[in-house]
Amino acid sequence: MKYILQRIAFYVFTAWAAMTLNFFIPRMIPGDPISALLARFQGQMNTDAIESLYVLFGIDKDASLWSEYVDYWKQLFNGDLGLSFSAFPTPVSEVISEALPWTVALVGITTVISFLLGTGLGVVAGWRRGTWVDGVLPVTTFLSSVPYFWLGLLAIYVLAGPDSFFPSSGGYDAGLVPYPDWAFISSALQHGILPALTILISSVSGWILGMRNMMVTVAAEDYITVAHAKGLPERRVAVAYAARNALLPNVSGFALALGFIVSGTFVLEIVFSYPGLGFLLFRAVGAKDYPLMQGIFLIITITVLVANLLADIVYLLLDPRTRKEG
Amino acid sequence: MNEPVLEIRNLNVDYGLGDQAVHAVRDVNLTLHRGEVLGLAGESGSGKSTLAYGLTRLLAPPGVITGGEVIYHPEKADPYDVLALSDNNLRKFRWAETAIVFQGAMNSLNPVHKISTQLNDVLQAHEPKMSAHSRNARCREMLKLVGISADRMDAYPHQLSGGMRQRVMIGMALILQPQVVIMDEPTTALDVVMQRQILGQLIELRERLGFSVIFITHDLSLLVEFSNRIAIMYGGRIVEEAPAAALYRDSLHPYSAGLLGSFPALRGPRRELSGIPGSPPDLKGMPSGCSFHPRCPKAFDPCSEHIPVLGRPDTTDGSTRTVACHLHPAQVPAGVSSPGER
Amino acid sequence: MTIPTSSIDQVIPGEGAMAQPEAATPTKAKRQRFRFLANAKATTGLVIMGIYLLFAVIGPWVAPYDPNARSNDLVAPPSGAHWLGTTHLGQDVLSQLLVGTRGVMVVGLAAGIAATIVSVVVGVSAGYLGGGWDDTLSALSNVFLVIPALPLIIIVASTFENAGSSIVAVTIGLTAWAWGARVLRAQTLSLRKRDYVEAARASGESTWRVIFFEILPNLSAIIASGFVGTVIFAVSTEITLAFIGIGGISNWNWGEILFWAQSQQALSQGAWWWFVPAGLAIAFLGTALSLINFGIDEFVSPRLRSAGKTKIKTASGHTVRMRVGFTPVLANTAAPRTHAVPLPINLNGATPVLRSSGKEGAQ
Repeated sequence: MKYILQRIAFYVFTAWAAMTLNFFIPRMIPGDPISALLARFQGQMNTDAIESLYVLFGIDKDASLWSEYVDYWKQLFNGDLGLSFSAFPTPVSEVISEALPWTVALVGITTVISFLLGTGLGVVAGWRRGTWVDGVLPVTTFLSSVPYFWLGLLAIYVLAGPDSFFPSSGGYDAGLVPYPDWAFISSALQHGILPALTILISSVSGWILGMRNMMVTVAAEDYITVAHAKGLPERRVAVAYAARNALLPNVSGFALALGFIVSGTFVLEIVFSYPGLGFLLFRAVGAKDYPLMQGIFLIITITVLVANLLADIVYLLLDPRTRKEG
Repeated sequence: MNEPVLEIRNLNVDYGLGDQAVHAVRDVNLTLHRGEVLGLAGESGSGKSTLAYGLTRLLAPPGVITGGEVIYHPEKADPYDVLALSDNNLRKFRWAETAIVFQGAMNSLNPVHKISTQLNDVLQAHEPKMSAHSRNARCREMLKLVGISADRMDAYPHQLSGGMRQRVMIGMALILQPQVVIMDEPTTALDVVMQRQILGQLIELRERLGFSVIFITHDLSLLVEFSNRIAIMYGGRIVEEAPAAALYRDSLHPYSAGLLGSFPALRGPRRELSGIPGSPPDLKGMPSGCSFHPRCPKAFDPCSEHIPVLGRPDTTDGSTRTVACHLHPAQVPAGVSSPGER
Repeated sequence: MTIPTSSIDQVIPGEGAMAQPEAATPTKAKRQRFRFLANAKATTGLVIMGIYLLFAVIGPWVAPYDPNARSNDLVAPPSGAHWLGTTHLGQDVLSQLLVGTRGVMVVGLAAGIAATIVSVVVGVSAGYLGGGWDDTLSALSNVFLVIPALPLIIIVASTFENAGSSIVAVTIGLTAWAWGARVLRAQTLSLRKRDYVEAARASGESTWRVIFFEILPNLSAIIASGFVGTVIFAVSTEITLAFIGIGGISNWNWGEILFWAQSQQALSQGAWWWFVPAGLAIAFLGTALSLINFGIDEFVSPRLRSAGKTKIKTASGHTVRMRVGFTPVLANTAAPRTHAVPLPINLNGATPVLRSSGKEGAQ
C-alpha cells in the first residue's frame, strides 16, 4: 500500500508540475497574440469570461505573478478552463469533454490489445530464439520505425475510398447524432477499425521487440535452469518462469511508451479526421485557440497519469517484491 | 557401496562450434557409487560445473556435448544412457532420478512465485495423479525435513534469508527422493557457520534417505570433511581421483598437492600454506601435453608433449585410486579397468 | 608431508603461466573493441546512416531541380524527367526529398545532442552526487518522462510565430532527455560503488576528475545508445510537427512533403509517388538508427547477442537446435576424443625415483 501511496504522491506532484508549466508557457510567448484575439471578441464576451482568460494568460499586467498563480488554481479547481476561441463561446471544458471519449476509447482499446498481442508474440519470439521466428524481427524493426501518420496515409490510400467498407475520415456517419444506439455504435466501430489497425501495426512491434529481448535476458537466469532441471513441461517453464518475469520490465516500460503512443495517435487522428483530442488540438493550433490548446494539454496529461497509475497497480499485483510484507 | 549408480564415460563438452569451440570438459570418466558422496574439486574454470550441467544436458547455449555417455543405473531396472533420452523422457528423468542444488541460492528460486508453488510444480509435473491435498502435505513434510516451519510455505523467496533459501532448494531437490543429488557450490554464498550447519544436515539426510551425492566445490577442505571420494579436475580433465582420506594424506598429482597446500589443515600438525603459482589455463589456448605442466613444479620433458593417461598408479592402495600424471604412470588405464560393469 | 621437490625441476615455475594472462589481456580487449563493428546489425545501421549523412551534405547539389520550382507537369507520375513524379504545383518530389535530407538530419542530430547533454548532466549528477540532488533531479526527470511530449512540443512550438528549425530542435531537445537521464543515473549509481571509483575518491581526486576520467568513459555505450534513441525520437517528432504544419516552412522537411501531399488530396488522386518515398525515407532512417541501437545493446548485454549458428548437425545426421535447458548432444559414443598416451617405454628410466616417493607417502 505504501508503494501505491508513493506513486500517487508522485503523480500529484507531476500533475502540479504540468499545470504550473501550463501557467508559465503563455507568459513566455513573445508578443501578445491573446490580446489581439480578445479584441476580436470584445463585444460578445461577458466580463467574467474575459476575467478568466486574463487569469489564464496573464494579460493583466497589474496583478502580481503570485496572485495570478493563485487565481489560476482557483479556476482550475472550478473546472474553468476558459472559453474556446474557435468554438466561441463554448467553454473549453465542454469542447474537450466531447472529444475525450473518442481518444480514450481508440487509444485505450488499441493499446491494451497491442500490449497483450505484442507481449504474447514477444514471448514466442524470445523463447523460440534461433528458429525462423527470428526472421520476423527485421520486419518488426522496420514497422516500428514507420511514423503512425504515414501508415495511416497508406491505409487510407490502399483500403479506404468511396466504395470501400472503410471510411477514410470521421468518427461516425455524418448523418447520425452521437447517441448510444446500434446505428451509431456500429458506425463508430466501422470508422474506428482502420485507425485502430494502424495504431496496432505501428505499436505492436515495440512490444514484441521489448518482450523478446527480456525473454532472452531472463532465459539465462538461474531459476530458468532450475525449472528445466526440475523437469517441468516446456510450456510451464516458458510461461510461469520466463515470461512471468520478463513481463515486469515491460509493464514498467509502459510509462514511456504511453506518452509515445498518445503522441502517435494524436497525429493519426489528424490523418483520419477522427473527432478526438488530437484532431481537436490540430484545429486549435490552426485557429490559434490558445485556451483550447492549454486545456487539451492538461486533460491529456492527467489522463496519461491515470493510465500510469493503473499500470503501477498492475505491476504491484505482478511483482511480490514491491508488496509490503505482512 | 561398489554398485555404480551413475557412470560418466568419456564425456566431452564444448562451448561454441567449429574452430571457435572451447573444450571445457575433455574425456571425463567418473563413476558415482550408490550411497557415496563424491567430491569434485578444482579451480574456477576447471570444468567441474560444466561437467555437472553437461551430464543432465542443462548447459545453456553455446554449450554442446560433443561425445560421451552418461549411464544411469535405476534401482530396479536396466541401466540406460541419459544423453540418449528423448526430451520427454529426459524431463521425466530430471529431478525424479537426479536433482540438482545450484550455486547461488539467491537466483535459483523464481522471485514471483511462492515457495509452495515452486515445490508444488515439481509434484505436478512428475506425479500428476497426486491430489492437491497430498501434494501440499508432501511440501510441508519436505520443508520440515530441512528445518523450515510450514508457515513459511506461502512466503516469497525475497522474504527468506540466504540460508533458508538454500534449505528450500535442498528440500525441493529431495522431494521426489532421487537416487542422485548434484550439489554445485551449494554453500559458497553463505557464511561459514551456515555452511557447516547445512552440510551437516545434508549428510544426515543422506544417511536416512540413502541417495548419492556429487558435491562440487573449490573448497577442498569441505570435501575432505564431507565426502567419501574426491575427484580433482584441471583444464577440463580429471587429474586425480581417490578416497578422501587417501587424497588428503597422500596426493599423487602435483596439482592436488598444490590445492591441498592452499588451505590450512583441519587436524594434525601445522603445515606451511602455499598457493599454486600462476593462474588456471585459458581454455582457448590449452597447453600441449599435460595442461598443468606450465605451473607444475615437477614437470619434466614428456609433460609438455604427451597427455597423461588417467589410470591406477603403482602404489600400495592403487586399486582404489587413479591419477593422470607422468610421475605416476598408469598400470591399468581407468577406462579399461572395469569392462564387466556394463 | 608434501611431495618432496624432485630433481627434475626443469620448467621454471610460473613462467608459462605468467606469460599467458599477460598475452591474453590485450588481444581480448582488442577483440571486444572490434566486436561492435563486427556486429551485422550495427554495421548495416551505420552504412545506411552514412548514406543519409552523405545526402544531407550533397543533397542540394545533386538535386535535379530547385524543389520550389514550379512546372507544367502537375501531379505527374514518375518519369524520366521526374524520377519520383511531381506535386500539385509541378515541383519535383525527388528534389524536395534530397534537399529535405539536410534539414531532417540537422534538426535530428542537434536535438539529439542537446538532449544527450542534458541527460548526461542530470543523470550523472543525480547518480554521483546523491542525496537531495538525486531526489530533486530524479523527480524532475520522472516528471518529464510521464508528461506526454508531443502535445507539449506542439503547444510550445506553435506559440512562436513561424517557429524555425532551431526552435523546433531546442524544444525537442529539452523534452526528450528524461529517459536517458534515468538510465544514466542508475548506471552511475552502480559505477560509484565500484572499487576503482572508490579508490579514486579516497585518494582525494576532485569530483570533476572522477566524473570525467572514471565515470564517463564507462558510460559511453549507454550515452551512445541514449543519443541514438533521442535522435530517433527527434526525427519522428520534427517530421510530425512539419506534417501538421508547425515549423520548418522553408527547408522541405519530409514531413512538409507529406503535409502538402495530405492537404492537396494526393490520396484521392492516387498520387502514391508523392507520399510513399518520403515515408520510406523516414522508415529506413528509423530502422538504421534502431539497428545501431540493437548493436549497442548486444555489445553492452552479451545475452542478447545471437549465438551465431544455432542449428547443428549431429554425428548421426540429425539437425538439432541450441536452446536453453536441452544441451544438444552431437555424438553419443563412449569413445575418447583426445588420446591420452601412456609414456613411451624409453622414458620410464626417469620415473623410479618418483615412484618411490609416492610409496613413501602412502606408508
